Amino acid sequence: MIFLSNLVNGISLGSIYAIIALGYTMVYGIAKMLNFAHGDVIMVGAFITLCAAQYWNLPPFLAVLVAMLVCTVLGMTIEKLAYKPLRQATSLAVLITAIGMSYLLQNTALLIWGANPKIFPSLFSLDAIRLFDGQLIIKPETLITIVANIIIMVALTLFIARTKMGKAMRCVSEDRGAAELMGINVNSTISVTFAIGSALAAIAGLLLCSSYPMLQPTTGSMPGIKAFTAAVFGGIGSIPGAMIGGVLLGIIEILGKAYVSTELGDAIVFAVLIIVLLVRPTGLLGKPIREKV
Amino acid sequence: MKKILALVLALCLLAAGICTAVAEDVTLVIAHIGPQTGPAAVYGLATYRGAKIAADLINAGSFGVKIELLNEDDTHDAEKAVNAYNNVLQNGAQMIVGTTTTAPCIAVGAQAYEERVFMLTPSASSTDVTADKDNVYQLCFTDPNQGAASAAVISEKKLGTKIAVIYNNADAYSTGIYQTFVQKAGELGLEIVSTSTFTDETTDYSVQVADAKNSGADLVFLPIYYTPASQILIAAKGMDYAPTFFGVDGMDGILTLENFDTSLAEGVMLLTPFVADAKDEATQNFVKIYQEQYNEIPNQFAADGFDCIYAMMYAALDAGIQTGEAPESVCEKMIAAMQQLHYTGLTGDMTWSANGEVDKVPTAMVIRDGVYVGLDN
Repeated sequence: MIFLSNLVNGISLGSIYAIIALGYTMVYGIAKMLNFAHGDVIMVGAFITLCAAQYWNLPPFLAVLVAMLVCTVLGMTIEKLAYKPLRQATSLAVLITAIGMSYLLQNTALLIWGANPKIFPSLFSLDAIRLFDGQLIIKPETLITIVANIIIMVALTLFIARTKMGKAMRCVSEDRGAAELMGINVNSTISVTFAIGSALAAIAGLLLCSSYPMLQPTTGSMPGIKAFTAAVFGGIGSIPGAMIGGVLLGIIEILGKAYVSTELGDAIVFAVLIIVLLVRPTGLLGKPIREKV
Repeated sequence: MKKILALVLALCLLAAGICTAVAEDVTLVIAHIGPQTGPAAVYGLATYRGAKIAADLINAGSFGVKIELLNEDDTHDAEKAVNAYNNVLQNGAQMIVGTTTTAPCIAVGAQAYEERVFMLTPSASSTDVTADKDNVYQLCFTDPNQGAASAAVISEKKLGTKIAVIYNNADAYSTGIYQTFVQKAGELGLEIVSTSTFTDETTDYSVQVADAKNSGADLVFLPIYYTPASQILIAAKGMDYAPTFFGVDGMDGILTLENFDTSLAEGVMLLTPFVADAKDEATQNFVKIYQEQYNEIPNQFAADGFDCIYAMMYAALDAGIQTGEAPESVCEKMIAAMQQLHYTGLTGDMTWSANGEVDKVPTAMVIRDGVYVGLDN
């Protein structure tokens, strides 16, 4: 029973990683860049949700919509200002810019909302599910996160496979130069990718802070890095891969802490990543890419 | 005849001395250094406000001493703290009340030790603050002290039979308290059934809380700050787990955490030297003035700042510090006087050892209806 309870906690944490990893993998898969500011967009999303729900008294559903809107605009602005001018630059330059953007967002949040941590109020007023005489407790946040994950994953997969914009995204991902020659507007395609990724970040922010209700300007950074690990683990660029990688990572982290040592929890997570990358360099579901010489 | 003359002369001089002392108060220039902006601002603002109230009260009274209180912000940064220290010395400071936080205090203490300037810190609690420096004194408990005192209180009051400890192994404060707690608990025969750790980056506390729950712990000792403690309380509620939670001075602040459901903190115990609703006149007077001036209830840091100024004033009186006396000579006299001083303030009865550590008895508090009350009440 204790094992089952740990497993549930692992899935709960993992599904949070998964939803953040979806944003990473989406942007990487299409724009071929690591948006390290993603974790901080999540933090901004959570703050906006908090403000909307608490200070403007909007219902939770509307609060999230407001946050999604703000994050979408923020994501597109970041892309336009920071990444677009570097389209022809080396990937290292883009990476450094993304890290700089991450610090900019954190410090701006520090100026606006201050350094004192805030407790994120519970927006879902549902009761926990108690099984086996209360020995196994499943929080409503966990179920909502898992359901949201599956919906988003299916929707994204369909969007990319079926729509015209999705087709353009796949083209840009495969060969940016050729896509441009075929008349695809690469800039607007990447812009839409960022918009979707950032809107997802707002949802991820809500779910992260609902499950772990502590909000401060650095809230997004560690889950962001773990989720990035999850995306690599599952095969970066693959949408189901991000989901599976996230959930597995959460389970490994919790079980590692529970059965090996709380001190080694994070070390175990990253050790597993190294092993997976040694055996399967493209991650669990990643497609091997042949380099043309 | 000569002897008598000498005696008369000496008496005259003494009388003159007393007369001037009565006629004119000694002015002590004391500089407060602590973070008043940035993430640790809450602590520095509190120590300064407490010190300011003490200085105002002394200046309005008839102690024969006037306090001129200087103030500098160090933003909890060691380098800025040293700059602040240089500034206040140039502005005529004779001694320092500060610095409020540990890391800057270690940096400033090292320089003050070289230059022979007396320091009394209200709240920098690491033993590194006073180690090998005879000029730095502490008014708060040291970290190791709190661990041993917690174990003693738990054992004495029989608060729990099976104890779980959750601490931050990436933090010197938390680890220091944990180690002395375990040592003292062993001596007192307390049974520790679960020990787990987390770091500053931890988001999920379910494993730690579940481990405590599954080991059947009826008391969870939390030698940590109030922010992770709030997450542990929330996680425990999510698991229907309701042991006694016992914290240390880092727990102070949990009731003012934004949006925190204070009903979760109901019954949480903590060791703290100061409690704002204490019944004694000194505390009530202090709380009243603080509320009038700053519109909030003072925490223990404010009380520490207040006590610092009074302790320094009494020590300076004993040492016979003069107006405008150089910091170097003030330092030696204050070191001697502090070791003899017995001061009863808002945070208890205090004496100091030669290494600068304070000796006072911590009081155990419990949170009832959203306020601290004494455990014995």
